[in-house]
Amino acid sequence: MYAFEIEKPSTIADAVLALSGEDTQALGGGQTLIPTLKQRLAAPEVLVSLSGVSEMVGICRNDAGEMCIGGATTHAAVAAGAGAFPALAALASHIGDPAVRNRGTIGGSLANNDPSACYPAAALGAGATIKTNTRDIAADDYFEGMFSTALDEGEIVTEVRFPVPEVANYQKFVQPASRFALVGVFVAKFADGVRIAVTGASEEGVFRWTEAEAALSADFSAEALSDLTVPADGMIADLHGSPAYRAHLVKVMTGRAVGAAT
Amino acid sequence: MPKDSGIGASTKRREDIRFLTGVGNYTDDINVFGQTHVHFLRADVAHATINSIDIAAAEAMPGVVKIFTGADFEPVGGIPCGWQITDRHGEPMQEPKHPIIAHGKIRHVGEIVAAVVAESLTQARDAAEAIELGLTELPAVVNMKDALKGGATKVHDELTSNLCYDWGFVEENKDATDAAIKGAAHVTTLELVNNRLVANPMEPRVALGEYSRADDMHTLHTTSQNPHVIRLLMGAFVLGIPEHKLRVVAPDVGGGFGTKIFHYAEEAFCTFAAKAVNRPVKWTSTRSEAFMSDAHGRDHVTKIELALDADNNFVALRTDTHANMGAYLSTFASSVPTWLHGTLMAGNYKTPNIYVNVKAVFTNTVPVDAYRGAGRPEATFQIERVIDKAARELGVDPIALRRQNFVTEFPYATPVAVEYDTGDYEATMAKLEEMADFGGFAARRAASEKAGKWRGLGVNCYIEACGIAPSNLVGQLGARAGLYDAATVRVNATGSISVMVGAHSHGQGHETSFPQVISEMIGIPEDQIDIVHGDTSKIPFGMGTYGSRSLAVCGSAMVRAAEKVINKAKKIAAHLLEASDADIELKDGQFSVAGTDKSVAWGDVTLAAYVPHNYPLEDIEPGLEETAFYDPANFTYPAGAYACEVEVDPETGKVTIERFAAADDFGNVINPMIVSGQVHGGIAQGVGQALLENCAYDEDGQLVSASYMDYAMPRADDLPFYQVDHSCQTPCTHNPLGVKGCGEAGAIGSPPSVVNAVIDALQSGGKDVAHIDMPLTPSRVWGAMQG
Ligand SMILES: Cc1cc2nc3c(=O)[nH]c(=O)nc-3n(C[C@H](O)[C@H](O)[C@H](O)COP(=O)(O)OP(=O)(O)OC[C@H]3O[C@@H](n4cnc5c(N)ncnc54)[C@H](O)[C@@H]3O)c2cc1C
Repeated sequence: MYAFEIEKPSTIADAVLALSGEDTQALGGGQTLIPTLKQRLAAPEVLVSLSGVSEMVGICRNDAGEMCIGGATTHAAVAAGAGAFPALAALASHIGDPAVRNRGTIGGSLANNDPSACYPAAALGAGATIKTNTRDIAADDYFEGMFSTALDEGEIVTEVRFPVPEVANYQKFVQPASRFALVGVFVAKFADGVRIAVTGASEEGVFRWTEAEAALSADFSAEALSDLTVPADGMIADLHGSPAYRAHLVKVMTGRAVGAAT
Repeated sequence: MPKDSGIGASTKRREDIRFLTGVGNYTDDINVFGQTHVHFLRADVAHATINSIDIAAAEAMPGVVKIFTGADFEPVGGIPCGWQITDRHGEPMQEPKHPIIAHGKIRHVGEIVAAVVAESLTQARDAAEAIELGLTELPAVVNMKDALKGGATKVHDELTSNLCYDWGFVEENKDATDAAIKGAAHVTTLELVNNRLVANPMEPRVALGEYSRADDMHTLHTTSQNPHVIRLLMGAFVLGIPEHKLRVVAPDVGGGFGTKIFHYAEEAFCTFAAKAVNRPVKWTSTRSEAFMSDAHGRDHVTKIELALDADNNFVALRTDTHANMGAYLSTFASSVPTWLHGTLMAGNYKTPNIYVNVKAVFTNTVPVDAYRGAGRPEATFQIERVIDKAARELGVDPIALRRQNFVTEFPYATPVAVEYDTGDYEATMAKLEEMADFGGFAARRAASEKAGKWRGLGVNCYIEACGIAPSNLVGQLGARAGLYDAATVRVNATGSISVMVGAHSHGQGHETSFPQVISEMIGIPEDQIDIVHGDTSKIPFGMGTYGSRSLAVCGSAMVRAAEKVINKAKKIAAHLLEASDADIELKDGQFSVAGTDKSVAWGDVTLAAYVPHNYPLEDIEPGLEETAFYDPANFTYPAGAYACEVEVDPETGKVTIERFAAADDFGNVINPMIVSGQVHGGIAQGVGQALLENCAYDEDGQLVSASYMDYAMPRADDLPFYQVDHSCQTPCTHNPLGVKGCGEAGAIGSPPSVVNAVIDALQSGGKDVAHIDMPLTPSRVWGAMQG
């Protein structure tokens, strides 16, 4: 780790101001950023901690019935407090270990957009809105490939608004070492159709499996998937699985998510 | 009634109180006045010529005390290898120089290229970034078979090739074995990989070197399983420091698993540098450094053939193994695929003809050396997998095939040079059958199938050679050290006892189990007895802890020393009781005269030894302290039978272990709870190897699994509740305690049963899969299912 200064603003406005300086970086729960700093792979001069920004912490329902989660809300808080959206609470409860869940935040996870992370699947699968200090970004426009998002320099995720599906489920097939998602599939059924988002599998990061969405919108059952195949092209190849294996798992996990959706 | 103290009691581990309440004293807990910190600049390429190292800018950085490069170590010896192997043609192995800091050439990712000593660790790291390396990258040698091809790039220019040795064992068996295989009714062949592992003890390696100008004394605190071995190797062969000027201390050590046996460059560096800069020098490995600098384990590629006659009797076994040495020979690297592996190829079976060929190969990877089991897991895995394959090919029950071929008469001289003193393989198999409920398997399989899962049952036997071993034998085999051990029993004036032992406890619980033995012998409470270990200035010259040898070898030395103490104490008691020595009996801490009610307490006798007012000074010296060295007559041969039941998810290939049973014969057992714990931990590591752990390099010699993000350690929820049993006991015939050793059994005995079970499950699901290489990750199992 290199030496750095730390600032701990208590409002979004102050956080944005602090981040407008030279060589600054937002610090959420630090579960990704701190290991990166320890390995000296990043060297910001100033870290702006968001954990003291109270307007960015908490869970509520807005008038539209969306579940609104502050950008600095921890995974543990979501696991405990998102009961009205059980698939989301369950997803949060399986991220990392208790230490990670008590520190890591939804804003940090979505800003980081790790290709194997869980929250991107929920946000894209539920069609969430990512609220930042300057604008609202639809999930469909937010994820731009591995570790890449629509966020501008210094822009922070202040809140995430999830439409609550009729039923939904997240199936995570864990990578045996990291226990991130080797393949994770989020299935959400709304009155006007089904959305499916897949994480862990693609070199392009989280994506929607639109073919399956169409099939499941017509018939919400695992059998509706039987004629579909997922192409292995563009899937991740690593120590833990080939593209063909990942493609296969996408279908298996989608079927299981449909079966388990509540 | 289970005993509540002494031999056979499950006394709770006294050391756990300090470990679990955070008051242990690990090497990293030790900080000394004036201490500096070293950061090692490590190679990030596998193979390169070093053209230049420019340290000028780095030397000018704040806080830098001194920067060392390979040139600084030219006058010093390299890291020695402790075992010389003689090859099939009578030639000594090729033994390259193993520098402390790379000089001229880089040979693996993680090798030390420069060392920056600074006031703080951050300053050392900052300065290391300012070092400029001029490198010419060379092609990396990674695959062992490619490494042996003509024209392959050489890891060491001064050697004739990348072949360290081509070992044949027993060479005289070769023709008979070849002939028996040729004439056999059935031959089963299996090619397999024994996957490379990283030991990953919870505590990473640490070294703190100190030098005192006042008395020219060097002190090294280090994370070692054997401080005397380090003192000998480093003092005599590397730095040229005589023993009386070098103290090596291994205080609390947080797990070793073999990887802390070896003498490492970082230890020699800190000792050397402390004198050079006249300040203490400390290094604490990061986990990332551990992955690329701790010696790795296993990494064998093998072809094994098992020949059977028409009645399914084993008639011959032939194996051909390539063993990866990595870039340099670590301390015991050369002995692992040879003497710790070839000698075990008979397993539990009376196969008359056995021939083992091992080619040890240099590659541009981290050195490979002993890891829990060392050689014996590799042997067991081959034998027990090929037997299972043979049973399937022949359509016979794999357990019956094993039983039919068991060694049943002891002592048994194997065709591979060792003699099993005792054992009862039928007894452990019968015990296993009962524990694992083979009878209920069909119903459990049916239930799994109903739930959409395939269930498999896998069984294996194992034998290991522990308590290594007779010095004259290992000397003939090429060991450059003796393998006895030593203990001093010091009785204090008021009767309490300190026992200084050569064995080192780093998880084994010696501080609890060793006193149980003394307590049993003398009849005083266990808490009156303490074990002192880990400091060469306090303990006698013993060889440390590895190869499940502590109790069998060092414990035997302790028993011998205690016997000497008791004999002397009896003389003192006889004097006090005015009786003859021969009539004195010791029981429950009381000396009495046989057939009378005259007695004197242990404490009165010990007090008399140190306050010899009424004492036979003309016959015996005052004081009560004795030392014994014990060199065993043979290895010990623990053995057992293990069973694993798995479920395989046909859709994903994921394996879950549903049941696991282990029936071990460890001879006599001192503390059954500690023994169970050792088996539990060993099985966790064996299951880790079988299902999860894989140290992988890419073709450029980059370590792909260099962190826990990619290297899968077993976690509690990967493991079932085990059933373990060690009630089958055939005591060792040649050590005073009749003990055999239990530390490695779990890691040796578990991988084959896991793999056998998965193959069984796949077969039950209609997949004709004969073998899958470990680790059996979901993707590999699924891949095998696709044909
Ligand atoms: C052992 C371990 C296991 C894990 N397992 C999983 C898992 O199974 N599934 C999974 O999804 N994740 C997993 N994670 C990652 C974890 O969820 C992290 O918490 C998450 O990726 C990052 O969130 P954070 O709040 O810690 O962000 P930080 O590490 O603080 O920051 C990450 C990045 O996001 C930026 N940032 C942080 N907050 C904001 C914000 N509000 N707005 C804009 N930018 C911001 C930072 O500047 C930084 O670039 C694991 C992590 C660890 C250490």
